[in-house]
Amino acid sequence: TRQVPALEIDGITISQSLAIIEYLEETRPTPRLLPQDPKKRARVRMISDLIAGGIHPLQNLSVLKQVGQENQLTWAQNAITSGFNSLEQILQSTAGQYCVGDEVSMADLCLVPQVANAERFKVDLTPYPTISRINKTLLALEAFQVSHPCRQPDTPAELRA
Amino acid sequence: MTESGKPILYSYFRSSCSWRVRIALALKGIDYETMPINLIKDGGQQFSKEFQALNPTRQVPALEIDGITISQSLAIIEYLEETRPTPRLLPQDPKKRARVRMISDLIAGGIHPLQNLSVLKQVGQENQLTWAQNAITSGFNSLEQILQSTAGQYCVGDEVSMADLCLVPQVANAERFKVDLTPYPTISRINKTLLALEAFQVSHPCRQPDTPAELRA
Repeated sequence: TRQVPALEIDGITISQSLAIIEYLEETRPTPRLLPQDPKKRARVRMISDLIAGGIHPLQNLSVLKQVGQENQLTWAQNAITSGFNSLEQILQSTAGQYCVGDEVSMADLCLVPQVANAERFKVDLTPYPTISRINKTLLALEAFQVSHPCRQPDTPAELRA
Repeated sequence: MTESGKPILYSYFRSSCSWRVRIALALKGIDYETMPINLIKDGGQQFSKEFQALNPTRQVPALEIDGITISQSLAIIEYLEETRPTPRLLPQDPKKRARVRMISDLIAGGIHPLQNLSVLKQVGQENQLTWAQNAITSGFNSLEQILQSTAGQYCVGDEVSMADLCLVPQVANAERFKVDLTPYPTISRINKTLLALEAFQVSHPCRQPDTPAELRA
């Protein structure tokens, strides 16, 4: 697919972030990234797909290149606000401490990077209090910090934490 | 659920995301009722207050089942798989499951969002065809290559899976947008094999309750 991420693990290479995460969940099941209950699992996947399939593809690099430089910011902002309008409404019925109830799930792994993108594209987050609250709670967790773009081997010096 | 207890599918005949779920319901022998949502009429029936309350994403498909409403076609399909596990739509082996999900996500998250109605409206009428064709050929270039190592009779080995449910509607879109399929022999072969199966036929856009008369099979 000539895209990142791709994970080489157990003798295979998997691309598509959610396919990778579901594989990790099935082969290294603890701690859980998906709840046990099928209805809650459906909510986790619904939120994950909304972000990963509904918002992100419309504001990623290859698409922005196609819309032309003068249109990029508006295009990205529209993609994000449109998706966040739906997501904020959904979270009001699914969220506890996190996107679905009170356990971190795959949905939360999708939320934080998307909020970071929203900030990069100067999206006003005032209309999204639930998204903002959950994002803040997640960013305090170690896994979300060590994985942050500002702490990677390839982070440029000027962006490094 | 209806009074009879049947699941309700909010669907548009031509929506490829809805078609994926219709195939899953057919394969699993799940009887359901269709509530058609016309994406074009009345400015788009998906924007009605009633539908938005039911499904905040204002998109089809949405499935009311077992007392909940689920949107996002793959989330719906995975729920059906977990609650009505026979016949399988995902293999048992985790590595094969990963391949099924990878292909499904490539199509449902990588190709389709870039060529669906709401995006095409934004690029302007004169650009729509080229834009859609680029989205599809770009994705099919990757998919054809992936399938060469995963496919048997179907996308992953010789059992129908969620990946196949994503493939057929995407090929139908490719044909609508006049994409040349010659560079994609594996995609074409698998698509043809799948279209011969009953579940892919009864769920076809040309056979839905809301199919317009002139497009009806």
